[in-house]
Amino acid sequence: MFENLTARFEKVFRFLKGQGKLTEANIKEALREVRLALLEADVNYRVVKDFVSRIQERAVGQEVMSSLTPGQQVIKIVHEELIKLLGEKAEPLSLKGPSPVTVLLVGLQGSGKTTTAAKLALKLKKDGRHPCLVPADVYRPAAIEQLRVLAGQVGVPCYEPGQGESPESIVKAALNYAGSQRCDTLIVDTAGRLHIDRDLMEELRRLKQILSPEEILLVVDAMTGQDAVNVAEAFHKELSITGVILTKLDGDARGGAALSVRAVTGCPIKFVGVGEKLDALEIFHPDRMSSRILGMGDILSAIEKA
Amino acid sequence: KNARESLSKKIDTVVARGRPVDQELLEELEEALIMADVGVNATSLIMARITEVIKKQRPQDSSKVQDILKDELVNLLTIPAHPLDPSSAKPFVIMVTGVNGVGKTTTIAKLANYWKNQNFSPLLVAADTFRAAAIDQLVLWGERIRVPVIKQQPGADPSAVVYDALEAAISRKHDLVIVDTAGRMHTRVNLMEELKKINRVISKKLPGAPHETLLVIDATTGQNALSQARLFKEAVGISGLVVTKLDGTAKGGTVIALCHELGVPIRFIGVGEGLDDIEPFDPVAFVEALLG
Ligand SMILES: Nc1nc2c(ncn2[C@@H]2O[C@H](COP(=O)(O)OP(=O)(O)OP(=O)(O)O)[C@@H](O)[C@H]2O)c(=O)[nH]1
Ligand SMILES: Nc1nc2c(ncn2[C@@H]2O[C@H](COP(=O)(O)OP(=O)(O)OP(=O)(O)O)[C@@H](O)[C@H]2O)c(=O)[nH]1
Ligand SMILES: [Mg+2]
Ligand SMILES: [Mg+2]
Repeated sequence: MFENLTARFEKVFRFLKGQGKLTEANIKEALREVRLALLEADVNYRVVKDFVSRIQERAVGQEVMSSLTPGQQVIKIVHEELIKLLGEKAEPLSLKGPSPVTVLLVGLQGSGKTTTAAKLALKLKKDGRHPCLVPADVYRPAAIEQLRVLAGQVGVPCYEPGQGESPESIVKAALNYAGSQRCDTLIVDTAGRLHIDRDLMEELRRLKQILSPEEILLVVDAMTGQDAVNVAEAFHKELSITGVILTKLDGDARGGAALSVRAVTGCPIKFVGVGEKLDALEIFHPDRMSSRILGMGDILSAIEKA
Repeated sequence: KNARESLSKKIDTVVARGRPVDQELLEELEEALIMADVGVNATSLIMARITEVIKKQRPQDSSKVQDILKDELVNLLTIPAHPLDPSSAKPFVIMVTGVNGVGKTTTIAKLANYWKNQNFSPLLVAADTFRAAAIDQLVLWGERIRVPVIKQQPGADPSAVVYDALEAAISRKHDLVIVDTAGRMHTRVNLMEELKKINRVISKKLPGAPHETLLVIDATTGQNALSQARLFKEAVGISGLVVTKLDGTAKGGTVIALCHELGVPIRFIGVGEGLDDIEPFDPVAFVEALLG
């Protein structure tokens, strides 16, 4: 599927060879391929449209570096702009403020919130902090048990809700619990919900009000398609999220959702999930993501050496 | 609601305005298909066919174009296949597969409940022994719908659980066995081998089984669904699809390319987290929702 792209670019390269300046006409050909690559990577249609026209503007009239063909020059510009859009460099978690600092995880059903909560706890523990996990998903069968088991694996405390306790009451109690356990960080797992579910989005707003979280992280499945923009925009509008975690990047999804989510929220992608194991959480690297979305690691490293 | 309107184009509003049938209209249709996750390749294919039909029929009104598009999509989604009929074997064994978090376990609870209401006696098998509390999750569903669940300890060999379950199903005369498997990335070779092994154990114990192998696809998924379907099919031979989470704003258009390419029918769709949020697949209704 993706190997075509390399072949297609080769065609474009040949087509563009021997031209000293990037013109509207020769860029157009290359950008058509870029557009297709981005769409195949699930970058949202509108985001692609904006992006491609921005590239076009920037590229027209540029001198072609002597070491590159005009086609490669376009790719170089595309790659640079993608990195810029994805956020240049990795952004760490913000854990300022009085203890306990709270991190709230939100997102659609099955995106990976509970697993990611435990992964974050492990990471913070390794960093010398004292995190505590809070299960505020009272809807999914065995969701609380799932977090409890994972907390045991990480070796951090997990708040134990009472029978029928509401999410609001759970997070309130957890604030006190953190004190009693000498925890400096609360990581709150919430139930998966649709961004169009008014009641459950309202519930998140109440949790936010109670907790005043330092970070509200939207957990997004890297396999998400065109709908990623709708989801991200709605969660951001409702909660003013502070960052994004992209999960399930260990598969072969190109991960265009990263670009869509970043474009509509402007929020940094902080981590990526790369497996089911609890240490499978990595810092987000915009340059790697850019290559992945374009499906062209090889070409890019060749260009970088030039 | 606003987000949805500003960012996704409804095909209905594109075509149903009595506009002339011109290039602009076709471009907007193309855009709408891409935004429904139909994908670049399948969209080109569909647009080529539509252009062909338009040339022949020369429709004056754009709403006619909508009918042409609907017919085309319904065609692509109508796959000739034997029906999914649990009374065709006893016990009828269904294996449920898919990548992580798509809705396998929930779908199994819904299906067991659906067939229980038609007087079948299902048995559920907790063969996801890997994910934290996966067994508890299925057991809770089982209690809720009053259907027994065969399980072992977390970390047990899934094939051994399935073997036990088949013995139990035979001796207790269950009509239907539904196997919940752990979510796995289709690219993880060893995990796909594990799935093949479960399959072998089933067919050794009960020749002809599993009678149905379902692949669950999350409607929110983009083009990666194709890769998932190809690799799961290669490993264990998918006979049907279930598309979940169609109650959200994602259109699930990726299954159009998928059904067409793999020749595998969609059996059910999931439209919520509740037990009753499952419907037998209806291509016409699906296409209408996709375009609406
Ligand atoms: N391969 C892979 N699987 C992951 C990753 N992160 C989470 N998962 C798996 O995805 C599935 C869903 O993860 P959960 O953590 O339960 O997701 P959730 O968002 O809490 O789900 P709900 O609470 O039902 O909304 C599980 O099978 C996890 O093991 C990842 O980075 N890679
Ligand atoms: N909105 C919506 N949510 C669904 C649907 N089907 C399942 N879910 C939710 O999706 C999440 C994941 O569902 P599971 O059934 O645990 O998914 P799974 O495929 O078994 O997950 P793993 O075993 O971890 O791979 C849960 O929160 C379910 O409630 C659906 O049709 N619509
Ligand atoms: Mg969860
Ligand atoms: Mg499951």
